[in-house]
Amino acid sequence: MSTVASKSEIFSKVQEALVDALGVDEEEVTPQATLQGDLGAESIDFLDIVFRLEKAFGIKIERGELFPEDILTSTDYVEEGKVNSAGLAKLKERMPFADLSRFAADPNVQNLAKQLTVQDMCNFVEHKLAA
Amino acid sequence: MRWFWLDRFTEFVTGSHATAVKCVSMSEDHLAEHMPAYPIMPHSLVAEGMAQCGGLLVSEIYKFSELVVLAKFSRCGFEGHARPGDTICYRAALEQAKDVGASVQVKGEIAGRPFSEAEIFFARFDPESTEATRGRVLFNPNDLRAWLIAVGVFQVGVRPDGSRMRLEEYPHICPIPK
Repeated sequence: MSTVASKSEIFSKVQEALVDALGVDEEEVTPQATLQGDLGAESIDFLDIVFRLEKAFGIKIERGELFPEDILTSTDYVEEGKVNSAGLAKLKERMPFADLSRFAADPNVQNLAKQLTVQDMCNFVEHKLAA
Repeated sequence: MRWFWLDRFTEFVTGSHATAVKCVSMSEDHLAEHMPAYPIMPHSLVAEGMAQCGGLLVSEIYKFSELVVLAKFSRCGFEGHARPGDTICYRAALEQAKDVGASVQVKGEIAGRPFSEAEIFFARFDPESTEATRGRVLFNPNDLRAWLIAVGVFQVGVRPDGSRMRLEEYPHICPIPK
């Protein structure tokens, strides 16, 4: 995989991966679409998406890299169902590709997966390719 | 009803691919109960056969220490029907595998004609289970061992280098006597 993949190339491959993994139409996969809310992704779909991204971009995605579930289940970082400030800092460190400002306003654990967008996925791939 | 939708493995190469056959017989209950006047094997059961073929290939990656869970068919299609007297030949190829799950591509043929095709995802029930707790929730290791032996996995099973698969290399289904 070339390291100079353009943003539009990345988007088009991410779009193809999501169409195949989620059985949605290409037009539905817009940068702003959320994976769970708009595209109907369920937890097992994330493994499918990870496999397809690995194949499409020739990258290796470790467990928890795209979605740091270890932080969301840690009692150090979650209090009464909400991610605390230490957890938010940790999430920002682990997910530099994602815009967490909306999540930070209401850091309910359930919200993170719901707010993940197609653009976040593209940013994630771009981040991986640049690494 | 017995829930075995493969009769025998004809090839089993660990971490790579497996082929298996399913002979459709008029004596099977589902042929009488599905559409009595037109006996065909329901496609849902063909899908289950594809999942069993791919699922055992995936379960081997984890040393048969647990039964993997059929999580998702990303794609599944059929051309025509399987009728009594037909032999369906399945071929499952492992696509990708991780500690949390794996994906396989499976194709079925009847007398050389394409019949079924699927992309199937399997999830591990609990990838972080310990040796002591592994697999106990979902299955009895003796049942899995009996199934693997009955469908000939250890008769035809080899590793990619051609060496034979041996039952005693899978301690969870073949406990070493103390």
